[in-house]
Amino acid sequence: MSAYNFAYLDEATKRMLRRAILKAVAIPGYQVPFSSREMPMPYGWGTGGVQVTAACLVPEDTLKVIDQGADDTTNAVSIRKFFERVADVAVTGQTAEASIIQTRHRIPETPLTEGQILVFQVPIPEPLRFLEPRETETRVMHALEDYGLMQVRLYEDIARHGEIARAYAYPVRVEGRYIMDPSPIPKFDNPKLDNSHALQLFGAGREGRIYALPPYTRVESLDFEDYPFTATKAAGQACALCGSTSSYLDEVITDDAGGRMFVCSDTDYCASRVAAQSQEDAA
Amino acid sequence: MTPLLQVEGLSKHYGNFLGCGDVSFTLWPGEVMGIVGESGSGKSTLLNCLAGHLTPDAGRVLFDTREQGLRDTLAMAESERRWLARTDWAFVHQNPRDGLRMNVSAGGNVGERLMAVGARHYGNIRSQATDWLDRVEIDTGRIDDRPRAFSGGMQQRLQIARNLVTGPRLVFMDEPTGGLDVSVQARLLDLMRGLVRRLGLSAVIVTHDLAVVRLLADRLMVMKDGRVVEDGLTDQVLDDPQHAYTQLLVSSVLQV
Amino acid sequence: MYVAVKGGERAIGNAHDWLAEARRGDPSVPDLALAQIREQLALAVDRVMAEGSLYDPDLAALALKQARGDTIEAVFLIRAFRTTLPRFGTSHPVDTGQMQIIRRISATYKDAPGGQILGPTFDYTHRLLDFGLADGDTVPQAPEAPASHSAVPHILSHLGAEGLMQPEHAPEACGADDVPDLTRTPLEFPAARPLRLQALTRGDEGFLLSLAYSTQRGYGRNHAFVGELRIGHVRVAAHLPELGFDVEFAEIQVTECESVNQFQGSKTQPAQFTRGYGLVFGQSERKAISMALVDRALRAQELGEDMSDAPAQDAEFVLSHCDNIQSSGFLEHIKLPHYVDFQAELELIRKLRREACAMQEAAE
Repeated sequence: MSAYNFAYLDEATKRMLRRAILKAVAIPGYQVPFSSREMPMPYGWGTGGVQVTAACLVPEDTLKVIDQGADDTTNAVSIRKFFERVADVAVTGQTAEASIIQTRHRIPETPLTEGQILVFQVPIPEPLRFLEPRETETRVMHALEDYGLMQVRLYEDIARHGEIARAYAYPVRVEGRYIMDPSPIPKFDNPKLDNSHALQLFGAGREGRIYALPPYTRVESLDFEDYPFTATKAAGQACALCGSTSSYLDEVITDDAGGRMFVCSDTDYCASRVAAQSQEDAA
Repeated sequence: MTPLLQVEGLSKHYGNFLGCGDVSFTLWPGEVMGIVGESGSGKSTLLNCLAGHLTPDAGRVLFDTREQGLRDTLAMAESERRWLARTDWAFVHQNPRDGLRMNVSAGGNVGERLMAVGARHYGNIRSQATDWLDRVEIDTGRIDDRPRAFSGGMQQRLQIARNLVTGPRLVFMDEPTGGLDVSVQARLLDLMRGLVRRLGLSAVIVTHDLAVVRLLADRLMVMKDGRVVEDGLTDQVLDDPQHAYTQLLVSSVLQV
Repeated sequence: MYVAVKGGERAIGNAHDWLAEARRGDPSVPDLALAQIREQLALAVDRVMAEGSLYDPDLAALALKQARGDTIEAVFLIRAFRTTLPRFGTSHPVDTGQMQIIRRISATYKDAPGGQILGPTFDYTHRLLDFGLADGDTVPQAPEAPASHSAVPHILSHLGAEGLMQPEHAPEACGADDVPDLTRTPLEFPAARPLRLQALTRGDEGFLLSLAYSTQRGYGRNHAFVGELRIGHVRVAAHLPELGFDVEFAEIQVTECESVNQFQGSKTQPAQFTRGYGLVFGQSERKAISMALVDRALRAQELGEDMSDAPAQDAEFVLSHCDNIQSSGFLEHIKLPHYVDFQAELELIRKLRREACAMQEAAE
């Protein structure tokens, strides 16, 4: 791969990306436009995250890539292999070992620590997009904190369903200012955004936007005083492999007679619990 | 007493065409000003300039703000003007579709302005919405219905409720009874008269319907070809029109 | 070094091996040479260059071969290669008035200085399958005439001389800093015409064709004539400050279309003809004409025309959706796993149904 620079992108492009990232860190929750490049994977498949990761990577980094919480889903494998090939960095499946974690749709169960960077892949960065399709208008709404319409949408949910019917990509308010789309993570993960010890970066390649949550940023999920936000998941279930009742669970259909089981979506978390249990059993 | 709204030398051109020219007037708190004229007379242009929807070429629009007294709204930052538009001002469009969110429930429509200024208690928002639906004579059982399912008159009443819920100090109305059947108009006018009197609303109402101003307006301006040709107390202007155009206007409609 | 190797990685490896085998097809059939693609599928090569925004027929041929003939996939390969190339600078604008013309037609004048040249066109062919081609290996000969080396002025310049054509205002300077580059700066709205034209010239041919067609059918109608369509080679030169003079470094084939559109005038301007402009790499007149019509439609606002909410007049709509690498990528990403989101939705729907059923039972 000697025809390509370290981590694929040329240095001028990385500099442009780092400027956008710095601006994003300086204005938490604000969507910074950047000139997104074509990447060797399609738009919508993590190009934003890949560009942010490429701009952050140094040779000493250890990279973890997850999709749906798992290290072995096809797209996570593909992106991890890409960086192994173009940056030759160490890779890992263990959350605690990684210096950079690129993720799609989940935040790891293991709490992140200072110095770690969590990079989210974002399909639609604009939380107001489905209320107002025009970029020109949504940018003005953000600039003027004109967020009544967002709250109306939540009001409508309660009026119709008795609760805020948003299961993922649940909008948040950052430091009491910008409303932000946390990417399509389940709302179960929303509390992990708040006051995180790690730097959280969000990259939307097709839409050309980068935004950020610096460490220890206040992140509140939108709600009503009398209908407070709750981080929910499959009720009353435990992981069939490690027995966890506190992690986010995927449902797996086991036969065609309606049989199913629940397992941790975070494969590293689950595997490390299983390993610890078998050690205990051995001891 | 400080005027609520003071307009000085307001002009707006479209190319070489005069939208409205050199309009000045003062609106005092609790007063309703009617602006009449036929279509193309510039009355809607004037209203849209006052409300900040159009940028005039010249002139000032001074509004008595809560914190700083009289300020030129044209010189304000966009953010300040938008804040005014969702707090102290209200705008009732001729076509309720322009003023309502058609895919949001009646309750959500009324609640939007409350939420825009920070209301975050669902129960309170809902009870205020219920109260306002009741005040504009909409069955409160329809709070979760979308305005699409409402008749034209109901839509217009909903638009009024949505505008008045935050207790605006100044209401702009653009042909509020236009496009409605005569019987529906009468009911709406009756309701509006009640609200204006009870709430002591200050308003600028643009209409081509002299019945509307006869019932609602304290004072009247008559516009033709972008200019104000006559103004005065409503009864005075309508009963003893001075300008030839006003005479024509008054004689061409049935007296109320 | 711990590498997470699980089922996914093996599956991907196997799938890609299969793809490689399928791409080659039956090994008893001879392998396609790039030169064959470049010479005999030249219009496919041109389209890949245009939408890939990289002028290199050999690379485009390689991309087509690798993509098994899938144009958008080939464009994607070219774009992903192009993005890694450094940008040295900005060339001078190409002078299409100096084009070495192989085709040049006007629908507005029967004849004009320089003449009408049909060139190698499908127009007026009968679309009958030529079964002789199946046997291959004939080398047809076309009659030749000596090439003219004189410049051929643009047809619309004759209208311009009469003041009937709205003049275009060239930027004062054309230094590198004055030219916006869609691939280097984020697209922001409102987008000025240079940026719009850049987006259109690399936009998807099918999308632009449909939009242009929609303007003809009344969605943002602007009464277009093909004032001139010309195809040929132009020289590309740049000023190199290190040398202190201009250097010609390429000769490329382009298709240019200038549409003539009625403009009824507004309150501020008298009636005049206006121009829509299309310029595309290679020989691609369908794309160039489409581009000219859409360019003109996008000028509705600046010309103060009645906006009818037609999609083709909406710059934000057109520019946000014309790029087929963006659109196909995002469209196809819904093939990716969405277990987590779907799980969250599943729980929500179950909960809402539980509550609704409970309420129904209570009511009964």
